[in-house]
Amino acid sequence: MLNYTIRRLIISIPVLLLISLIIFLLLNLAPGDPLANQPLTIPPEVRQKMKEALGLGAPLYVRYLLWLKQFFWVEPLHAFDWCFGTHFSVGMQRILSWQFRSPVFDVIVQRMPQTLTVVGMSYVIGVLIAVPIGIVSAYRQYSWFDQIGTFISMIGYSVPTFFTGVLLIVVFSVDLGWFPSIYNTNLKVVDWQTFLLQVRQMAMPVFVLALYNAAQISRFMRSSMLDNLQQDYVRTARAKGMGERTVLLTHVLRNSLIPVVTVIALGVPTIFGGAIITEQVFKVNGLGQLLITAIYASDVPMVQTLTFIFAVLIVVFNLVADILYGVLDPRIRYD
Amino acid sequence: MPDGAQPVLDVRDLKTVFRTRGGEVHAVNSVSFDLKPGELLGVVGESGSGKSVTMMSLIRLLPSPPADVRQGQVMFDGTDLLHCSEQVLRDIRGGKIGFIFQDPMTSLNPVFTVGFQIMEPLRRHLGMSKEKARVRAVELLDLVGIPDAKRRLKDYPHQFSGGMRQRVMIAIALACDPKVLIADEPTTALDVTIQAQILELVKDLRQKLGMAIVWITHDLGVVAGIADRVMVMYGGQVVEQAPVKELFRNPQHPYTRALLKTVPGVIGERPEKLNVIEGQPPILYAQPEDCSFRDRCPQAMARCATANPRRYDVGNGHDVACFWDPATGGERNA
Repeated sequence: MLNYTIRRLIISIPVLLLISLIIFLLLNLAPGDPLANQPLTIPPEVRQKMKEALGLGAPLYVRYLLWLKQFFWVEPLHAFDWCFGTHFSVGMQRILSWQFRSPVFDVIVQRMPQTLTVVGMSYVIGVLIAVPIGIVSAYRQYSWFDQIGTFISMIGYSVPTFFTGVLLIVVFSVDLGWFPSIYNTNLKVVDWQTFLLQVRQMAMPVFVLALYNAAQISRFMRSSMLDNLQQDYVRTARAKGMGERTVLLTHVLRNSLIPVVTVIALGVPTIFGGAIITEQVFKVNGLGQLLITAIYASDVPMVQTLTFIFAVLIVVFNLVADILYGVLDPRIRYD
Repeated sequence: MPDGAQPVLDVRDLKTVFRTRGGEVHAVNSVSFDLKPGELLGVVGESGSGKSVTMMSLIRLLPSPPADVRQGQVMFDGTDLLHCSEQVLRDIRGGKIGFIFQDPMTSLNPVFTVGFQIMEPLRRHLGMSKEKARVRAVELLDLVGIPDAKRRLKDYPHQFSGGMRQRVMIAIALACDPKVLIADEPTTALDVTIQAQILELVKDLRQKLGMAIVWITHDLGVVAGIADRVMVMYGGQVVEQAPVKELFRNPQHPYTRALLKTVPGVIGERPEKLNVIEGQPPILYAQPEDCSFRDRCPQAMARCATANPRRYDVGNGHDVACFWDPATGGERNA
């Protein structure tokens, strides 16, 4: 297993390099001017100077290699310094955002907590709801519970989050006034009162996203359970005199979780991607919102870095999913 | 076999229907039989004759819906299995009645070790500790002839061959010293040499442990080799039942006679064509009011269309459900 992991990690290096090159080329070949937001009164030669100041004067491959160096060498060194108080990265140029004029990673670190609390929480809640719902729906297939579960899943899966989000705002913020419609990032949780405020402002975005996640995963869980409930080994377990609880939660569940865990693991990178739309609707200034504004501003370094981080996460969680598969299913051995 | 001994399993008038979209299918129609202690009862019949469904019904292992065990009485150890609580039934399943199923490739749970799966009933029924159960599991694997048992406990089913997996299934079935072992075509999925090994193993274990066995098969050769008594099923009914020698020497029912003819001989000239019974077994959408073998029966007569024959006793512990009497070639007068 360790050998396999190391091999996969080594293979992922060229994969990631290729991805970074593609992202870089796409962004740089795409039309768009980082200075488009600057006043038109700026003379062309000054404009040209400003472009060069942003590093746009250098040839394409130099800019790419510079970005690679900054991403893989300078930023990790800086992170190391920040953690351990050393001074390795002093004087080295970090990746700078064009719109914020500050290091890209500093902005990302500022935005990360909002995304992780809101989107991450919604994913965890979604999974925690989905798994039991999937189990019960499969065990009591075509029962009332299953029918209602199927109906809600269908809604959760097919109605877009910008609709459910806005609907919730209209009903619960505007009409009833129970929850705030705007997420307040400055809120610091220091006591019970602020904790409640935090819970209230998280409630709606988390609900919208959790519904969507739960709808998807509960369907997977249900069909996986149904597949396994019909297997011969289930009959064997019953013939051994095992109770329904053991049959269901030991024998069937363990087998059913194999594909579902893979799906759950592959979904984790989307948390970091932030729910772009939901963050917009509820004004959560997380990573999704950061990406959107960066695209509007033609902030190439920011877009490039964020996109590449998502790519890294996707590659990593693919590996995690494969490893989990091997851990859960003894028939799969990587050696 | 001591004759007249109290049967360990006594099935009376068992009826099972499957509810399907096309209506109710009567899979088991008033089946009655008993099983004496230590006896090996062979149950034969072609696919769809209700052999397996009968055995699954009596221990309520059929998924319901669609199956519905509608009527009957199954006495085991003074308990009626059809009317006892789930809890009582679970104590009997795997504890006092063991099961072996047809396909050893799918009957074991792929994600648990063989040891875990053998130890499960031991801990459940005998309340053994993990350590005790492990010791017993090694004994069981030894008993069913799996070499290096101690090490193999940690292996997963996919690391065993088909024959070895069936041995594991047998070990699980025998774990709690059951009084009755129900084997549902346990050798059908195995190749002939492995089949012979498993048959020998079961014969051997039966001698050692003295349990009664119900052996479901469609292979008359297997039945001739191991059974004490044979029950022939057709259309969800018992059509003939006799001690094994009596049945092979003196088959009464046209179906049994036809079945025996279909077995190709190994000695002598190879026949041009294999013998077959023309037609298909019936799918019964209602309780049969007539003989369900009538359409395929060479001896069918007028009466077969109007009444379903009861089981006639013909002596020597032999009974048959047919109006035709091979001794006279005419109608049976009862």
